Amino acid sequence: MAVIETTSRTPRRRRHLTRRVRQQISVALLALVFLFPLLVMLSTAFKTPTDIFSSPPTLLPAEWTLDNFAKAFDQIPIWRYLGNTLFVSGMCILGTVISCPLVAYALAKVRWRGSRPLLILVLATMMLPPQVTLIPLFLVWNGLGATNSYLPLIVPAFLGTPFFIFMIRQFLLAVPDELIEAARLDGASEFRTYATIVLPLARPAIITAAIFQFVWAWTDFLNPLIYLNDESTYTLSLGLYAFFGENDVAWGPLMAACVLFTLPAVVIFLIGQKFFIGGATAGALK
Amino acid sequence: MTVTTASSRIRQGARPAGSGGGRRPRRRRSTLIGLAFAAPFIVGFLFLFAYPIAASAYYSFTDFNLFQSPEWVGLDNYVQMFNDGVFWKSLANTAVLTVFGVPLSIGIALAGAHLLNTPVRGQPLYRALVYLPSIVPVVVGGYLWRWMLNAEYGFVNFFLSWFGIEGPAWLQNPDFTKPSIIFLSLWTVGGTMIIYLAALQEVPKELYEAAELDGAGIWRRFTNVTWPTVSPVTLFQVIVSIIGFLQIFAQPYIMAQERLNQASSGPGQSMLSYAMYLYQNAFVFLKMGYASAMAWTLFLVTLAVSLIVLATSKKWVHDGSD
Repeated sequence: MAVIETTSRTPRRRRHLTRRVRQQISVALLALVFLFPLLVMLSTAFKTPTDIFSSPPTLLPAEWTLDNFAKAFDQIPIWRYLGNTLFVSGMCILGTVISCPLVAYALAKVRWRGSRPLLILVLATMMLPPQVTLIPLFLVWNGLGATNSYLPLIVPAFLGTPFFIFMIRQFLLAVPDELIEAARLDGASEFRTYATIVLPLARPAIITAAIFQFVWAWTDFLNPLIYLNDESTYTLSLGLYAFFGENDVAWGPLMAACVLFTLPAVVIFLIGQKFFIGGATAGALK
Repeated sequence: MTVTTASSRIRQGARPAGSGGGRRPRRRRSTLIGLAFAAPFIVGFLFLFAYPIAASAYYSFTDFNLFQSPEWVGLDNYVQMFNDGVFWKSLANTAVLTVFGVPLSIGIALAGAHLLNTPVRGQPLYRALVYLPSIVPVVVGGYLWRWMLNAEYGFVNFFLSWFGIEGPAWLQNPDFTKPSIIFLSLWTVGGTMIIYLAALQEVPKELYEAAELDGAGIWRRFTNVTWPTVSPVTLFQVIVSIIGFLQIFAQPYIMAQERLNQASSGPGQSMLSYAMYLYQNAFVFLKMGYASAMAWTLFLVTLAVSLIVLATSKKWVHDGSD
């Protein structure tokens, strides 16, 4: 009996081990495929021109140089673009954090006649192609003399983004009504209840929305393209686009600028990773 | 019984003194509270959606160049679309991207999610790395892939040369520009993969173990255990992905760029997507009416395709009842 057991066990364990190794390699390869272009970006940024234009290409620079970064700062007003982008992203986060939880609260925890129709409106607006509203919105902002300002990029965030409203609403549904009821019974005003009970409880969902909003605003291309035409107002997206269009492509400085542009998003991503991965699935499942 | 009375009595007692005893004022009060909290979105809806939707529907029946007020032309814009070769070209380009892009992204996302669901060391790091490209600014992704796909100095052709394949001039050859755009899109499939991963984690492990004991191979385990569980998520992903590809703009716009502010659309207009042509009509040619008609056509096409997918979904989506 015992003999049979050991002989039957060994091959199975070995098979099990090789399977683990195979899986480890497959997952590592998958991650490498996705990471590889970013490694190319990083290495190109540190390469000398002769090194960049070598065929076949090499991943590691033969000679490391910071010239590309110096040139990028020299040729592209990166600091100004950076300031502009930070301002827009910051204001968008502020708007999202102020408005979306308010609306989500009206959808999830205030018992009133309008909550069902409102939810349907929120969901419907999530499905409308942005192209439909693009032209009239441009004309409105143009009529208000607000093109070439950040208002068209910022104001919508203060009016609530359907996706984030829905996400925070889903989160609030799980908050027990008793907590809110108790505060109301203690005679707290509705806004006080919201500010002291609901907001702190909803913090994970709000942080998730803020992180997503940061990355969206940071990487947005279409809206700056449509609304900003004065170079001094450009965000990094538009600045880089203009740089590429105006010069015979200098890949070194371009990749250096790309590295600088990507870095803040990566840092925020790494800090808020668990919120990110949680937020990506919110609303998709169930 | 007693509990309800007690709590309702408390609630009555807690009611503000001036509000009277009837039900109506309280209801009105809660409506006011609801409206107050929802106010940002209500304003946003009117300003960002309701008015623009109505306006763009109206513009789509007008000739409107931004400098003169809109002039009613009835269905002219829609008729013009029918006779506009470039319109059809952009629609065909977008259809090709969608037809190849959607199944590829769904397939890769599902396969990748399987790998990310295996118990290997450092799994959280691998998940983060796969998601990472999704947060890279699209401008950066576009230029980076232009560089990767460079015929002479790029890594893609270098890797192909390992297999004895001489890679094409991806962005100069109209036959290869669409795969180039799809590469960039597939690179950012991490978000979809993570959603699939979350779905896979809901599958009870016992099911796989039972299937394995029954001698079910990898394919049988996929069709009998995995697919039924993830098919509702797949429906969601397919629709979101179709909508995404039908509206694709920034990726081809950046990859086709030649000179600043020039309406570049790639060799033989092979990279001109529907949304790119719409943008050009609106903001380069200032044909706001025509562009609005294109926007509504896009909306109807998106709606029709989504409804068709939904209608077929009864055949392949398992709702958990079996």
